[in-house]
Amino acid sequence: MRKVMKRKVGSQIVASILVNSIYAMINYPVVLINTLLAPLAILAVVTFASKGTLLPVAAVGALIMNMVSSGTSLQQDLSHLKNDMRLQDMIVSSPTSSLVYVIGMAISEIVYSIPTIAFLIILNVIFVKVTLIGGVVLFLDMATIFTFSISLGFFLSTFTSDIIQSWGFSGILSPLLTTIPPVYYPITYIPFPYRYLAYLSPTTYASEIAQSQTGFYNLSASGFAIAWIVLLGITAALTFLALRRSRWREI
Amino acid sequence: MRLRTQELSKTYDKKFPALDNLNLDLNMNGIFSIIGRNGAGKTTLVRILSTELLPTSGKGFLNDMDVVDDAEEVRQYIAVVPQEARPLPWLTPLQTVSSYLMWRGYSYRESKEKAKEALRELGLEGKEGQKSRKLSGGQKRKLMVATVISSEAPVVFLDEPTTGLDYISRKELWQLLSRMKKDRLIILTTHYLEEAETLGDQIMILDKGKLVDIGGIDDLRSKVRLPYVLKVYSQNFKIEEEGVQVQKISDRETFVYGSASKIYGIIPYLVTNKMKFTVEEASLSNIFEQYLGTGEDEKSDEEESW
Repeated sequence: MRKVMKRKVGSQIVASILVNSIYAMINYPVVLINTLLAPLAILAVVTFASKGTLLPVAAVGALIMNMVSSGTSLQQDLSHLKNDMRLQDMIVSSPTSSLVYVIGMAISEIVYSIPTIAFLIILNVIFVKVTLIGGVVLFLDMATIFTFSISLGFFLSTFTSDIIQSWGFSGILSPLLTTIPPVYYPITYIPFPYRYLAYLSPTTYASEIAQSQTGFYNLSASGFAIAWIVLLGITAALTFLALRRSRWREI
Repeated sequence: MRLRTQELSKTYDKKFPALDNLNLDLNMNGIFSIIGRNGAGKTTLVRILSTELLPTSGKGFLNDMDVVDDAEEVRQYIAVVPQEARPLPWLTPLQTVSSYLMWRGYSYRESKEKAKEALRELGLEGKEGQKSRKLSGGQKRKLMVATVISSEAPVVFLDEPTTGLDYISRKELWQLLSRMKKDRLIILTTHYLEEAETLGDQIMILDKGKLVDIGGIDDLRSKVRLPYVLKVYSQNFKIEEEGVQVQKISDRETFVYGSASKIYGIIPYLVTNKMKFTVEEASLSNIFEQYLGTGEDEKSDEEESW
């Protein structure tokens, strides 16, 4: 039997990036405004409401929100491609594995956000004072919260049966992970006992880590370690769940 | 190409049986048409064999590869256009085909070249750079077929590829499928019996998840009770004959289904009375009705679209 596959994982990843971000941006430039608007809108509100004092916190928070938005966007995009276009069925029956497909789609979400990320990084360089080690910690923090949101997005997308359901998930996740938790403001602004509720969201730990590096939150060494352990634990568990329990192939 | 199933069954939600102990052994190249009413299990069978869906029990094999245990290996040889698959509206046809090829592992340059070739072969040249949302329904369907043809996969699954197309567009796709069937196994599900008859080298009739029969059109025809159709064009034609089935089409047109001996026994009467008539072999539609009845109690599409 003629074997036609020429497995090149690089090509498979690039295909996802092209379809889900590059071609979409080239063919519909208006989508760029959409990705730029959401994190910047909250950033603007927080900055104006605090008379500029919270701008550095909000600038880091906007980066966290951007990472989380990648996951919620991924969830919507995958659901749309699976349920409306039936593209995922074509991919499932192709030599592309679920892991390679999701990696490609996840990178595509980052590519999509490049203008926003670039703007936020410039903002952070100008307004946020951080050491070199702090910069590395911030980068790892963002990478972890990105992995968390991507895993969550993929996991949920495999269970959605239509785009309306997918919008529902995004509508729930976005406020629960970014707007309500102390992402754009320090956790000390939340009075007890509500502060405990904030710790239900992994983004709170990501924010604590980020804010501790930018001098807006005094986190002890043990608190810093606990924040990392919880964040990495949740991310690892969700990634495992996404890889093992998602319904790539339907049952 | 060998396609086998052993007691393959699929039950949705533990209560909706879609496939029921299906045993199939097929060794062929060309077009394998699967026909059946709505809910017969056509799409379920295609989705299991194309590694998209897990069976409840039983086995399916492509050559000697198990579609469950060796799914990754199977996926290297197959390409699928699912039912209701559509090109992404924001992509051009060239981007659509080349992206699919890249997902199959081709390099960027190779995929572009192959995509252009496939689009040319399908008569979509000149549309390569146009957004897919601007294509007609027929062009969109052709584009989906182009994506799988360009992959050169030796086994292609097409689940109702011509549904909703006008007759001319359908015939264009038929010509294309006839050209591409050489050296490939194309598994085609369809509700258009004329399509299954025209294209199918082998035809399988499924009903309620069970295999009713399988074979070439002549094999199937030879197994039914009424393999011939006598078409009489006269207002005065009346018949009372046992062992035939009479269908009044209009005042001037009557069809009589029967065996060769019964049909040829009527012809002298027609000649004597100077009535116009033709004798034809039963079409797949006639055969289908003889196997399954006329379909008064047709199932909904629900089970098929799980």
